[in-house]
Amino acid sequence: MKLRDDEKAMLAGDQGPAVQKAMDLLVRYGAALDAECLVDTRNVAGTIGATTPFLRQYADQNGGMDAVFSEFNLDSAEWVKIPPVKVSSSHLQQGIDPRHAVRQGVSQDVVRIYETGQAYSSGLGVQPLNTCTPYQVGNVPVKGEHCAWMESSAVIYINSVLGARTNAEGRESTGAAMLTGKIPYWGLHIEQNRRGTHLIQLDIDVSTTADWGLLGYWVGEQVQDRIPVIQGLSHQPNLARLKHFGAAAASSGGVEMYHLVGVTPEAQTREQAFGASPPLATMRFGEAERRWAYEQVNITARDDEIDFVMLGCPHYSLEQLWEVCQLLEGQRLSPNTELWIFTAASIKQLADVAGYTRIIEQAGGHLMTDTCSAIGKVVPTGTRVAAVDSAKQAHYLPAIMGIQTWFGSTADCVQAAIEGRWKGVLR
Amino acid sequence: MSTTFTLTGRKVVGGCFEGEALVTRDRISGWGGIDPRTGTVIETRHELKGISFAGKVLVFPGAKGSSGWSSQFHIARLAGVAPGAMLFNEMTAKMGLGAVVVHAPAMTDFTEDPLSRIQTGDWVRVDADAGTVEVTPRQRQTDPSQHPTGSQRTRAPS
Repeated sequence: MKLRDDEKAMLAGDQGPAVQKAMDLLVRYGAALDAECLVDTRNVAGTIGATTPFLRQYADQNGGMDAVFSEFNLDSAEWVKIPPVKVSSSHLQQGIDPRHAVRQGVSQDVVRIYETGQAYSSGLGVQPLNTCTPYQVGNVPVKGEHCAWMESSAVIYINSVLGARTNAEGRESTGAAMLTGKIPYWGLHIEQNRRGTHLIQLDIDVSTTADWGLLGYWVGEQVQDRIPVIQGLSHQPNLARLKHFGAAAASSGGVEMYHLVGVTPEAQTREQAFGASPPLATMRFGEAERRWAYEQVNITARDDEIDFVMLGCPHYSLEQLWEVCQLLEGQRLSPNTELWIFTAASIKQLADVAGYTRIIEQAGGHLMTDTCSAIGKVVPTGTRVAAVDSAKQAHYLPAIMGIQTWFGSTADCVQAAIEGRWKGVLR
Repeated sequence: MSTTFTLTGRKVVGGCFEGEALVTRDRISGWGGIDPRTGTVIETRHELKGISFAGKVLVFPGAKGSSGWSSQFHIARLAGVAPGAMLFNEMTAKMGLGAVVVHAPAMTDFTEDPLSRIQTGDWVRVDADAGTVEVTPRQRQTDPSQHPTGSQRTRAPS
């Protein structure tokens, strides 16, 4: 890989040992990818907290947060002192909501580690957005901006909907990018790699958030890590729908970018979406495909007594919170069912002001921030059967928590929380 | 009669390792797809569900899913349950970074598809620096129950 003078200087240690380790990792990573060079970035979204059990133990045994950053953000077994970040950096999700620690079954020791990590991270200059959706709370990359983001649902959103450029980075590469402002110039950073590969023709209306989740789940399974181009939209999607669509496609497959003809910025026409190369394959999404996605995403669900309803994957928007409030107003949750809704802390602040939090709590639910059930491995004690409106969460929760998980619409989920029973069907 | 043969490819991470092959045609998820403390695949519909890749030569198409891929395999390395070597077809950012942080020999860009040439149980010697993979097929079992299979999965209509 070709290095520029400033990069060579970093590798030589001119900016200290942490930057040297960061550049060393980027060079090894770039060589693995067979990248030609690095590219400058001024927008990094990663994670440096240590609230998960393995990292908590590592922090305890190895001398704290600098040791965690060295190993898990720079791939360096040698512990180096970490300087402030060089470029604008956002923190993604954490492992707990400290304000709901007891309910999440999290001990005060873990809350202290969270607080230590939060102070450490903010002290380095990393913004405590603590969400899987930085693009909902102020980090909105512009078209063409080279970014270094992890969190697959955010990566697919900013590439596709905003036209920013990032690969699905990881904890180590984003750590190195924070300290250097560099990332390998490879994959989706390069114009010609952003063209569509597969044409998906919609034969049915795709309008609700649940529909978009099912479409995403099917598309991901079909194209895996390629770039689908979707044509034949009957309804204009919005942020919430595309948030769920991308999260699903990135879970069942490894989709990091898609085009919606006439909607997304690099696909004003089908020709623009594909460039000079014709589609490798054309597929149609109709009733049979939608039904298949619904059945697959519900594959673990058998029992209809619901212990737990989880909403907010990816983190809910204000609009989605209001939708739930309208369904909950004047209702009371089943005594056998818990309802946890997850969003970003700054969105919750607005929900507090707007009275949404009160409506949710009066019904018996809880509005939580910073984490989610799958990331934090937090579900109510004794949960056997959960219900979610996110295909991504339905994909991961059974594997991570060993529980049955139903997928349905937001209304199906709220009804399940009120009645304690799953009555969702594919509509 | 088993005949040893050699595949050639590109080094992703250097080094040598020899061991038993574990082959899957399913892409592997890191976060939410494996238990990094045991090296076991946990994904609900994965053909290796319940099977550990610890110390194996893992032969697979590539990475999928969450960008927590590298950190999960990173933890697996620290827990001593990472694959001994990784051979894969599809390079992505999460695959490349994951291979780097596992520190085990890794290769891609093969002249022949390793998924069609290597079977689970074959003895494999990986020399990533030389760009070679030497494969000695295991004595084949005729009993189909010998094939390691996870849960049955349904293919999508397409």
